[in-house]
Amino acid sequence: MASASVGKELTLYSYWRSSCSHRVRIALNLKGLKYEYKPVNLLKGEQSRPEFLQLNPVGCVPVLVDDHVVLYDSFAIIMYLEDKYPHNPLLPHDIYKRAINFQAASVVSSTIQPLHNLSLLNYIGEKVGPDEKLPWAQSIIRRGFKALEKLLKDHTGRYATGDEVFLADIFLAPQLHAAFKRFNIHMNEFPILARLHETYNEIPAFQEALPENQPDAVH
Amino acid sequence: MYLYNDIIEESEVKERVGGSATDTEIEMEEKKLKLYSYWISSCSFRVRFALNLKGLPYDYLAVTSFSDPEFLKLNPIGFVPVLVDGDSVIVDSLAIIMSHIQYLEDKYPDPPLLPRDIHQRAINFQAATIVSSSIQPFQNYTVVKYIEEKVGTDEKLPWTQSVIGKGFMALEKLLKDHARRYATGDEILLADLFLAPQLDTAIKRFNVDMKEFPTLSRLHETYNEMAAFRKALPENQPDAVH
Repeated sequence: MASASVGKELTLYSYWRSSCSHRVRIALNLKGLKYEYKPVNLLKGEQSRPEFLQLNPVGCVPVLVDDHVVLYDSFAIIMYLEDKYPHNPLLPHDIYKRAINFQAASVVSSTIQPLHNLSLLNYIGEKVGPDEKLPWAQSIIRRGFKALEKLLKDHTGRYATGDEVFLADIFLAPQLHAAFKRFNIHMNEFPILARLHETYNEIPAFQEALPENQPDAVH
Repeated sequence: MYLYNDIIEESEVKERVGGSATDTEIEMEEKKLKLYSYWISSCSFRVRFALNLKGLPYDYLAVTSFSDPEFLKLNPIGFVPVLVDGDSVIVDSLAIIMSHIQYLEDKYPDPPLLPRDIHQRAINFQAATIVSSSIQPFQNYTVVKYIEEKVGTDEKLPWTQSVIGKGFMALEKLLKDHARRYATGDEILLADLFLAPQLDTAIKRFNVDMKEFPTLSRLHETYNEMAAFRKALPENQPDAVH
């Protein structure tokens, strides 16, 4: 850890409640990487300020700054961390197991999370009605969770794809947290995911990454 | 675990080297890839493009119904694309491409799908995920049908164009310092595999005005000159409906 951070420090622009930022926080913790946390309040629109847009023209979190390298998008950041800081690997060596990890990560990042993100929920709130936001989010999450249960049932050990923490776990943990805490999904509908959720809550790297434990958290 | 895998890989290499031409041909035929695909699916399109670039022959299996019991037996999740590689069944375009990069690079090293430079690799991942997480989920059937039902038919196209427009603006900004002949330099890489189908879909199906996106527009023209891309086009698939 000390050797990795000598001479420079990583900076993470993050919002406590952003599940994409949550993924990166877990990855950094698992790799034992120190970083400076810079809060960006999405509800106040801080991601649209000129100084932030200069850093990330797309205006979203998370953003990782590593010396002269500026990266956004959680998957790209995590793959960068995996390439540059290979200790405590986030991917298994076996090609097929790698595929399962990418599948799980992709179900979360392409099929579930985008479809209950803030901008789409706001759109539905305006065009369809405020009462429609939660049912929509729940239907999207349920459909995705059904897929994940089927995908993982032949692969889980203690964790999503065996007995070591890998990429799938990093993408699953924030999604499970959001689903159970924010969108009122009942755990008993998804036994594998519910068990994984409980397991993640016992791991320090995951605990420290939780939204409510961030410097900018509002309680 | 690694040692075990290394040993297996080593013995596999030895077997192949020792085999006769006939044995090799039989082996290749038996191990031919199978791609479950749907002609108009942009996610299937990505994988077709990747396989074509690598010069990998595969059997094309058209998926006409996502509730087909045979298909669900193979893939309980019911998504396309699905790649069957021997005993392995891999779902999802990103997973297929990413997990096979190692395999494809080892066995078919040219052309590579990812650059060696760590930062350049990250740019490719950024471009790929802007397409796969910030654009494509919002233009797919589930969302568009919901909007049609709840908001109105007239809202479908503006919604899709708006979503694509935002994503393309992000891609223009990301790529402006990196694009040359292709998205991130002078070789076709991961970013291109995701961009090419998205550009084709945006222009042909959703009438997106490309004037605001000069880099992407030029890339689109470049892709259309490539045989591997044209072969992967939806209208050129066995199950295409014209």
